[in-house]
Amino acid sequence: MTQNKFAPISEYGPSDNAHFEYVLGLGDTALVLGQRMAEWLGKAPSMELDIAASNFSLDLFGQAEQFLNYAGELESEGRTGDDLAFLRDGMFFRNHLIVEQPNRDWGVTMVRHFMVSSFLVLQYEALSASNDEQIAGIAAKALKEMQYHERFSRDWVIRLAGGTEESMQRITRGFDTLWRFTGELFQKVDYEDGLIERGTAIDVSTLEAKWSEGVDALLEACGIEKPKALQMISGRTLGHHTEHLGHMLCDMQYLQRAYPGASW
Amino acid sequence: MSQTNGDWDLYEVFIRSKNGMSHKHVGSVHAADDAMALQNARDLYTRRSEGVSIWVVASKNILASDPGDAAALFEPAADKVYRHPTFYTIPDGVENL
Repeated sequence: MTQNKFAPISEYGPSDNAHFEYVLGLGDTALVLGQRMAEWLGKAPSMELDIAASNFSLDLFGQAEQFLNYAGELESEGRTGDDLAFLRDGMFFRNHLIVEQPNRDWGVTMVRHFMVSSFLVLQYEALSASNDEQIAGIAAKALKEMQYHERFSRDWVIRLAGGTEESMQRITRGFDTLWRFTGELFQKVDYEDGLIERGTAIDVSTLEAKWSEGVDALLEACGIEKPKALQMISGRTLGHHTEHLGHMLCDMQYLQRAYPGASW
Repeated sequence: MSQTNGDWDLYEVFIRSKNGMSHKHVGSVHAADDAMALQNARDLYTRRSEGVSIWVVASKNILASDPGDAAALFEPAADKVYRHPTFYTIPDGVENL
């Protein structure tokens, strides 16, 4: 590969503790997606969906809590899962960029949720065989949760695509605007190599073919053409996020920042 | 909360709490069709491990007795105590009877 003089350089890149970075990434994606789903509280299209969205949020927060607590142990700097969630700046978040994208409407949210949950199902399935018992345990439990999320969001995408002209437009917009962030889901990071060799982590690039099958099937069921991205966008491991993460963290971290140590 | 689901139908939800028990009415949900009703029932009524099986039925398909008929329908049974099987002894170890 030729040297790209615009290759990203970041002072917020990964530390040399690969195990910590890896588990942090697992936790952050769950945390940020959980926060996005929590934003539907009181605003969902119906009371039933309001509760469904908060159920999803709680599933994801549960996964995040376990991964982040474990990340804190691996880091050995005395930071707890809560510290990592509420007292860390955006450039040190390792979540996939797709999960920080705004909810917009129920259709876009369901498209995002399908793309991510169908990825997480494959990832957790593979990770439940990890030689790291903590990761394997969390993944095995989370797998069942994500299977339901995948099914729920697939149903909603099909339903809205087959609804009115407007609901079809919104679903199509969801695929079009989010597609550019899907490449990152399957991007293996250099520091993961050692962990993959040891059987602790999985090589995410091996999941892409199966994930694409699921997405293609859904697109076909909806009668939507496969979206094309001019360029895939990534940056999570370098701390290069989209502008949306910072705004989300302002909301999410406000209480702990304003009243350090507050609890109830 | 918006009012966009004003045209959704009402469904009654029945949950079986464990195998061997019967389904019990637990409440209702709104949904656009049968499949969504089942999904909504799962999300609303089984969050705290309440069940192992769900039934949903459109409320409009339930024929209910008229409260005005209550006297004619139910009161005649009030003084017929001999219809209760209270003269049997229940063997030890039989639960849920």
